[in-house]
Amino acid sequence: MIEIAVLFAISCVGLAMALNLWRLAKGPTTADRILALDTMTINAIALMVLMQIQQGSAVYFEAALLLAMVGFVGTVAYCKFLLRGDIIE
Amino acid sequence: MMDANPVEILISAMLVIGGVFALVGSWGLARMPSLMTRLHGPTKVTTLGVGSCLIASMIYFPAMQGTYSAHELLITLFLFLTAPITANMIAKAHLHRQGRAIDPNPMDDIAEGLPETGVGTGWATFEGQAADRADPPR
Repeated sequence: MIEIAVLFAISCVGLAMALNLWRLAKGPTTADRILALDTMTINAIALMVLMQIQQGSAVYFEAALLLAMVGFVGTVAYCKFLLRGDIIE
Repeated sequence: MMDANPVEILISAMLVIGGVFALVGSWGLARMPSLMTRLHGPTKVTTLGVGSCLIASMIYFPAMQGTYSAHELLITLFLFLTAPITANMIAKAHLHRQGRAIDPNPMDDIAEGLPETGVGTGWATFEGQAADRADPPR
């Protein structure tokens, strides 16, 4: 039962990442592309958590934690660059 | 299916809810008409979906594997703290790049740009600009 639910969730998150990729390629403004990248990071974290449940191992937690932190810093750096033309002033 | 134990049912429900929420959030990102409406999907719905997956993982590992770790709590904390901040930064960058003369959201039917705030002071994000320009160049 859990196996079917995990497969369903992984397919949903994979489809969501494909939609994000479409927005990343199409996005009319730069802010759209930043938003798409941020959402892809969040979906990648979800994918890692789901893969752990599927495999029954807990090896991806550190990677997911790092992605949660670095994704935020990257998004803020992109926005800061758009706003000020510089990241560290 | 009838002999499944309640913990399995709970984990499966959380996984299905998480997957559907993640998909709906990204669908909103792909289908909404303007950036200000597109911000709603990823920042709220997808975050909730990941939170649901993390809850499923938080139940699964102690109940099925007998191991416990605080990593899920840390990931949840980071995601739920940073999602509003990133949304704010993206909206602010968008406003400043569009300029206040152009309506950032074409669905609002406001032809002449951002409306007045109505409280005496202007939009807070545009208030500091004159002071910034007065700075001597470095």
